Amino acid sequence: MQDLGIEVLFQGKNLFRLLEGLWVTVRISIISVLISIVLGIVLGMIMTMRNPFIKIITRCYLEFVRIMPQLVLLFLIYFGLTKMFQINLSGELSAVIVFVLWGTAEMGDLVRGALTSIPKHQYESGKAIGLTVVQNYLYIIIPQTIRRLLPQAINLVTRMIKTTSLIALIGVVEVVKVGQQIIEASRLTTPSAAIWIYGVIFFLYFIVCYPISILSTRLEKHWRN
Amino acid sequence: MDFNFVKEYIPHYIEAAGLTIRIAAIGISLSILLGLLCSIIRYFRIPILHRAVGIYIELSRNTPLLIQLFFLYFGLPKIGVVLSSEACAIIGLVFLGGSYMAEAFRSGLESIANSQIEAGLSLGLTKGQVISYIVLPQAISISIPAFSANVIFLIKETSVFSAVALVDLMNVAKDLIGLYYKTDESLLMLVSSYLIILLPISIVFTLIERRLRHAGFGN
Repeated sequence: MQDLGIEVLFQGKNLFRLLEGLWVTVRISIISVLISIVLGIVLGMIMTMRNPFIKIITRCYLEFVRIMPQLVLLFLIYFGLTKMFQINLSGELSAVIVFVLWGTAEMGDLVRGALTSIPKHQYESGKAIGLTVVQNYLYIIIPQTIRRLLPQAINLVTRMIKTTSLIALIGVVEVVKVGQQIIEASRLTTPSAAIWIYGVIFFLYFIVCYPISILSTRLEKHWRN
Repeated sequence: MDFNFVKEYIPHYIEAAGLTIRIAAIGISLSILLGLLCSIIRYFRIPILHRAVGIYIELSRNTPLLIQLFFLYFGLPKIGVVLSSEACAIIGLVFLGGSYMAEAFRSGLESIANSQIEAGLSLGLTKGQVISYIVLPQAISISIPAFSANVIFLIKETSVFSAVALVDLMNVAKDLIGLYYKTDESLLMLVSSYLIILLPISIVFTLIERRLRHAGFGN
């Protein structure tokens, strides 16, 4: 029978190494998501202010980060920033910086949208029945905001996990890079390794992202009314 | 900042930007077609195809474009299917874009209340007329915001094509950094190129969205 090449997955610790690489990917996304949720909530609140100066600055930041491809942002931080300030950033650190910058912008916009979508009479009727400002936010505004926010925030997590595949291009050793290493190492023994390795990575991403996006659509449907 | 260097290498960027725009244009038009087809199949629940399209949409939405490209470019030749990097780029973009477009169109189609269709039918319009005069005009204006977000997203995704040896903007910048160590200049030109391409598109779509909302449709 012809050599299929699938056995490259089970040679040595190859499969285990791929999973280890996947963990690097997921870890970077989780760290960035957590930081950008905190910063994004702050940014979203700042963006609802009426000060025109603040509005222009946040708008510019948002537009710039959203319009630049993430790969360009990665290059800007990894090559540009490091040369400009003569500092040394590891690939992983620059990846986290970029994803926090990007995630904060996206999250900030989501928070702003959720906050402004709550009608004014909600604030006013809370006040009218004698709630303090803190109670008003705690019992009326925040629960409603979270319902609108959470599905989209979860969706952002899957987008971030998918985008982390790009950090292989600035030299971080994550699942794609590990895959390339395995392919290179077995070039002579199993020449057809590429199709299996990339196929497995394809499904690894799918297995990670699919449950999260299902969760997001479920929550959205559940909370719609 | 060395502006002579900038001046000297601007033609490279213009050429690369042309390639980026060309591939994006082909890829996006094809993904609009694929998206329309998929959303129609999903909307009318055509038996077996409905399932297949569902699987395709989930697969393509939950995996990164880079992996899809690597699979096409490095994986497929091992089983005898050799594609040029441009073909890979277009196929990858359409595979990714088709599902995003399909979701955008479907949410538009599904937001049309059944009463609208029934009202149309009871007025004596044929099914084709109901679709072309009642469903589609409303559905299109509702799905415009998602559609424009997708177009910008897909153009941004073209930056990944440098990884399959296509000489796009990203690739030119990477080469110049590697060859001459002119990091600031190369990155400045890279950022400006993407701004020049994407900013007008973003502004035009914002204007279109505002007009449609003005017409009383898209809210």
